[in-house]
Amino acid sequence: MNMQAKVEGIVRGGETLKQHRDRLMDATKRTGHYGGIKKMELRDSQPIMYNKLFSRLRAGVVDARETAKKIAASPIVEQEGELCFTLYNAAGDAILTSTGIIIHVGTMGAAIKYMIENDWESNPGINDKDIFCNNDSLIGNVHTCDIHTIVPIFHEGKLIGWVGGVTHVIDTGSVGPGSMSTGQIQRFGDGYQITCRKIGQNDTLMRDWLHESQRSVRTTRYWMLDERTRIAGCHMIRDLVEQVIADEGIENYWKFAYEAIEHGRVGLQARIKAMTIPGKYRQVGFVDVPYAHDDVRVPSDFAKVDTIMHTPSEITIRPDGTWRLDFEGSSRWGWHTYNAHAVSFTSGIWVMMTQSLIPTEMINDGAAYGTEFRLPKGTWMNPNDRRVAFSYSWHFLVSSWTALWRGLSRSYFGRGYLEEVNAGNANTSNWLQGGGFNQFDEIHAVNSFECAANGVGASAIKDGISHAAAIWNPEGDMGDMEIWELAEPLVYLGRQIKASSGGAGKYRGGCGFESLRMVWNAKDWTMFFMGNGHISSDWGLMGGYPAASGYRFEAHDTGLKEIIANGGPIPHGGDTDPENPTWDAMLPDALIKRDKQAITTEAMFKDYDLYLNYMRGGPGFGDPLDREAESVARDVNGGYLLERFAASVYGVKLARGKDGQFAVDEAGTEALRATIRKERLEKAVPTREWMKGERQRILDKDAGVHVQQMFAASFKLGPKFEESFRKFWDLPGDWALMEADLPIPSYGREYSMDISELPDVKTVQFVDE
Amino acid sequence: MAYTKAKIKDLVDGKIDRDTLHTMLSTPKDKERFEIYLDILQEQVPWDDKIILPLGPKLYIVQRASDRKWVVKSHAGHEFCDWRENWKLHAVMRVRETPQEMEELYPRLMAPSTDWQVIREYYCPKSGDLLDVEAPTPWYPVIHDFEPDIDAFYTEWLGLPVPERA
Repeated sequence: MNMQAKVEGIVRGGETLKQHRDRLMDATKRTGHYGGIKKMELRDSQPIMYNKLFSRLRAGVVDARETAKKIAASPIVEQEGELCFTLYNAAGDAILTSTGIIIHVGTMGAAIKYMIENDWESNPGINDKDIFCNNDSLIGNVHTCDIHTIVPIFHEGKLIGWVGGVTHVIDTGSVGPGSMSTGQIQRFGDGYQITCRKIGQNDTLMRDWLHESQRSVRTTRYWMLDERTRIAGCHMIRDLVEQVIADEGIENYWKFAYEAIEHGRVGLQARIKAMTIPGKYRQVGFVDVPYAHDDVRVPSDFAKVDTIMHTPSEITIRPDGTWRLDFEGSSRWGWHTYNAHAVSFTSGIWVMMTQSLIPTEMINDGAAYGTEFRLPKGTWMNPNDRRVAFSYSWHFLVSSWTALWRGLSRSYFGRGYLEEVNAGNANTSNWLQGGGFNQFDEIHAVNSFECAANGVGASAIKDGISHAAAIWNPEGDMGDMEIWELAEPLVYLGRQIKASSGGAGKYRGGCGFESLRMVWNAKDWTMFFMGNGHISSDWGLMGGYPAASGYRFEAHDTGLKEIIANGGPIPHGGDTDPENPTWDAMLPDALIKRDKQAITTEAMFKDYDLYLNYMRGGPGFGDPLDREAESVARDVNGGYLLERFAASVYGVKLARGKDGQFAVDEAGTEALRATIRKERLEKAVPTREWMKGERQRILDKDAGVHVQQMFAASFKLGPKFEESFRKFWDLPGDWALMEADLPIPSYGREYSMDISELPDVKTVQFVDE
Repeated sequence: MAYTKAKIKDLVDGKIDRDTLHTMLSTPKDKERFEIYLDILQEQVPWDDKIILPLGPKLYIVQRASDRKWVVKSHAGHEFCDWRENWKLHAVMRVRETPQEMEELYPRLMAPSTDWQVIREYYCPKSGDLLDVEAPTPWYPVIHDFEPDIDAFYTEWLGLPVPERA
């Protein structure tokens, strides 16, 4: 007899998880419809039932998030809402999700799929009331500090789905304190790593897990309460699903769990047709990695180089409403913590899309199945080496995605949907991180999430909102100072709008804000900066200018204790005009670091030292000379714009009134704007004339090594990018730019080893590589 | 939901009321917007060429009245090139690549470092209007940012005839 033994799987109907997922994926590939669902039976035959299921479940996951977050003590979760819960079908595809950090729709699904593909079903086994934990960026997580709790959902002894909950924890025990530290350059310094580990049975956490995990991080109490937050939310949602099934029947739930995803896929295609224009859109994003600096202390010399991360992108929207996003030419992964997994890169794009293209409550994996991504293997967002670090993948995620806004906004603008146009998002920084002993004499780590309230990009009809949002959390909030002062041994000496941080334009980018913090009651304390500095990631759109870039201000040995005791003047408010600083003179004996080095590693701070936390602005839209002059006066009076830029950028002549407020000199403005337009043309040259000079600079290799390294690395991974570069500049055949010829090390250039090369590991490929 | 021409004009002029704006953002899109939008823009430009597709507040793909050729044209009336080409290559431009040039736009320390990033401004040669700003590294090719498939857009998505193209 040539007969295979039938294996009874745990999935409803008797399939194993692997059989179940394989069948769905085969049908998806064969038919172009998710799971081969060409007709949505439940939705079409019982639309009220379908919508009732959706509404109850969606309301339930949102409720679970809102309730569970109150369990957390960490202000990152409780104040900023850095958590999310998602309901999955048996194959690990998201059905619907809560509000919050919804990038994890994809990342927790990737963890479930990893368990499926690597037969967790037989070892360690998947049972009702199990609890799994994951934070592994090599299989899809964004960064180590996003901790997933994943609970299977069973009905009558069979698995019918999963629920996942995620929180951004305040510390993961990485090399430096804080959730997104910078000092390490490999995964092994990123902190505690958990790969889909079974950590609980019978709804109870195992003691070995509790003991091990609590001592693997600095902020044990936050860690424990975050975990209880996640478990509580997952169990609320599991209870909800059980109740829904009791009320509506398992057959209806089961159909819904798959049809909803096909519904999401079809919905995306419809929205693309309803809002965009078919064609090709090209854009690019950059961010600086300035590591050749004394204040960046990393363990390996080969990482101590200045580099630029680069992501060109081409969006192709086809006449049938399908689309493809190709990132050919992107930089190689690097020896820093700014790498990303393909899942976090693509899943995060859905966070963006929920704010324009798919602003519905039905955010699920349907949109992912409706999109083709191409991320060449070996790039920073699809690394081919298991050593890469991910702890602050957001450094370039946000700066890459901001370019996509510009592409999509060209289509919204062309169709007249001006209300959807967005010049871009802000680089979501600065991050204030560090640790030591806090004001309560406990080992502590901090990561201020004030930058959940950056400036927003301008639209085609109004200014971007100031100090309002972060691309990674649609419910961003800067948090209350009083709460941050409890969470961090840092008192506020000021918090104000960051003037001139928003990009100029007919409509300006929203401004960020700045907080001046003084170390107080800390012991053995360190802090470090994290953000863009040399490069402004966020270009403007259609004549608007980029947002301002970052810088640092820190002051040590300030003498503030004595100055305060003597009643002298002390720094407060904001660093209003860094070109004409006022604080420095108040601190005559201080060591002040005021420069463009916006990334540093742990530095020692002590009481009375100062740290400026400057949150970036968003980019602008349209020619600034077309801005209403009154709006410019309002900006200056409101602290959004430094006075001198009213004339130099906006061509607005202001006059100060007796009340101290500025008013527009209309005749003067008209004349000034005419003069500026004339000067623009006097200083301008035909583009092709400029190209001749720039071409010669390329032939002469006249650019910084960091610029040359960026191009050389992109050429190696992106032959089409190199071809288009050569063609554009009409370069001779013998012109070559190789990393090996540059005077800096390029470890990782030739040799790499992917996680999939480890024994018994099956990775899941989510994108075209 | 459909909107009156007056409401769409308010939107174009940046004067839309908050309630209507909220409705526009939160309800399905009005397919007829495009034609109303073109009508409004057509009334605002100082020339008679038919607008085919707006590319920016002062930049359009138009059908040239004299010979039905499609070209990229500015509000002030400068014709850059065939609609399929990158208009920026036919513009005049200025590159900000020194700290002094950057500090006309940003306070010192808040400007990009010019050995990492430059700012390239593309102007209408006729009016000096700033039509686009690029902020790449040195050496970066001029980006051809948009190649619309206008035929599919008009016929398949909007059900409109494609204007004559010489």
